[in-house]
Amino acid sequence: MNSGAGSRPKLAVWKFASCDGCQLTLLDCEDELLEVAGRVEIAHFLEASSARLAGPYDLSLVEGSITTAHDVDRIQEVRAESKSLVTIGACSTAGGIQALRNFSDLDELLSVVYATPSFLSTLDTSTPISDHVPVDFELRGCPIDKRQLLEVIGAFLAGRKPNVPDHCVCVECKARGNPCVLVAHGTPCLGPVTHAGCGALCPAFNRGCYGCFGPMESPNVESLICALTEMGMPPEDVDRVFHTFNAWSEPFRHAGRREERP
Amino acid sequence: MAMMLSLDAVAALVDHLRNDGRKVIGPVLRNATISLDEIDGVDDLPAGWTEHQDGGSYRLERLDRPELFGHATPALPWKSWLYPPRTMLMRANRDNGSVTIEKPTPGAEPFAFFGIRSCDVHALDILDRVFLDPADPTYTARREKLFVVAATCARPGGTCFCVSMGTGPAPSIGYDIALTELWAGDRHEFLARAATDRGRALLGRLEGRAPTEADLAAADHLVGNATQNMGRQLDPTHPTAAAERYEHPQWEAVARRCLACANCTMVCPTCFCSTTEDTTDLSGAVSERWRRWDSCFALDFSFLAGAPVRSSTKSRYRQWLLHKLVTWHDQFGTSGCVGCGRCITWCPVGIDLTAEMTALALDPGGPS
Repeated sequence: MNSGAGSRPKLAVWKFASCDGCQLTLLDCEDELLEVAGRVEIAHFLEASSARLAGPYDLSLVEGSITTAHDVDRIQEVRAESKSLVTIGACSTAGGIQALRNFSDLDELLSVVYATPSFLSTLDTSTPISDHVPVDFELRGCPIDKRQLLEVIGAFLAGRKPNVPDHCVCVECKARGNPCVLVAHGTPCLGPVTHAGCGALCPAFNRGCYGCFGPMESPNVESLICALTEMGMPPEDVDRVFHTFNAWSEPFRHAGRREERP
Repeated sequence: MAMMLSLDAVAALVDHLRNDGRKVIGPVLRNATISLDEIDGVDDLPAGWTEHQDGGSYRLERLDRPELFGHATPALPWKSWLYPPRTMLMRANRDNGSVTIEKPTPGAEPFAFFGIRSCDVHALDILDRVFLDPADPTYTARREKLFVVAATCARPGGTCFCVSMGTGPAPSIGYDIALTELWAGDRHEFLARAATDRGRALLGRLEGRAPTEADLAAADHLVGNATQNMGRQLDPTHPTAAAERYEHPQWEAVARRCLACANCTMVCPTCFCSTTEDTTDLSGAVSERWRRWDSCFALDFSFLAGAPVRSSTKSRYRQWLLHKLVTWHDQFGTSGCVGCGRCITWCPVGIDLTAEMTALALDPGGPS
């Protein structure tokens, strides 16, 4: 998507239901940020600047999930104005932590949490962007990884496929020289079913993987649950570890609700 | 050439290797495992530690004396130092319309592997068949300079089966110096055998005494004991039988357990598959080509013409196991397995290739 001489591709960053952490990853590219700004025209990025340029946009980075009727309309407008649309993070890719509402009765939740639920206007569900519009690429993570974000932007600038493998965290973990925390320490770890991308951050510090990047390409959740159960993890804890940032993505969706598992 | 070395002389051996400009890699305690890393001296070795290994389980244990080599295979494979997880193959620079290609020089400081077990030395021999002809520049440069100090296994692990694979427990090939750790009461010594000129030259720089008949008998006894104490075994006729049972229901059974996580291939001392990735920087002026470890358990590994050829975990596990134990012979003239047991220990769900082989070979499993 190299534009002609003199004009840079226009980048837009959009926010839906989210914590802003993924957009902040772009600002967190401290050493590379000036280069990014030199290569693309940052046309719409409210976290960085209130100045907005009109569309269309060459590359839209979309953060957040769809949780309101307004979101449903707005994502259509974003899609219509974007040559390429990339979702960034667990919310826009999987519905996020707020998709836990999808498993509950919304009215009951509202009545418990808010003093005046009638002020709220919200959908029953939190859903990923791909449920609403075609998505060109989904970048995983809660939050996304800075190196992977730069890789995706660089790939779009060069017109090539991003190097973002779909295998599990274990591949990165072993390449880093970590011992398996499941095997060596008996520490529950979702690494074997979780999409790579973080560089095996938690196991490198002797922590189990929390599954921030969602399911890997061929997750065998049932087998890992057997292993976690044999290690002594009670069923309610198994439910809980799968029902976090990527609770709504299959097969984590049913892994966390064993009575509902097919 | 054989001589008896004190612990101080073994310490001097490591010092000489370092003073000769080598980076010495050896077993160390890391993250509650005995793993591998660069060592500065014998004090870095896991003296007095061993471990209990079983399918999907590894726990450190204390020994009642400070044995340097009282453990079995370390968690990491030694291949990481000869065939690193990531290697840059080339860099292309665009400047004013012209492109120049840089190829990184594969030079690395010379390594010494200290305390490597016979199974893992055999794994180097197997990797040689993969990477020396045609020559892989990175591997060849590192391998040619490698100095190997092997150690006889006294305490095989619960997942070891080197005896079945004919690769141990005593070092038999591929070493410069082999050490056998011997105890006579409180007397702690090492029988050192040199097999190469540079090994003999290095031993010649050390203080030691000639071994007695009793020392040699003690070393033989230790090897005999280790031979009897393998945690696992693999019948050499089983792989061929299993290869005939391509649609055996056991493949489905193991696929239900297999996480396709690739841990087995990453810790395997002989798994060598890689993929290449092209990267570009943001300016579009620099492009790099990297090789990184890949695994036959990854879907992309068999991606051809729009889809993975081996889309099921069953087909991927079968590919790995039958390549390792059967078709490796056709390709490289040896088995791809040395019986180190890492794939059994480090499988998070404890899949045991020796048990899988037995199940496939002994039960006809219906029409094959």
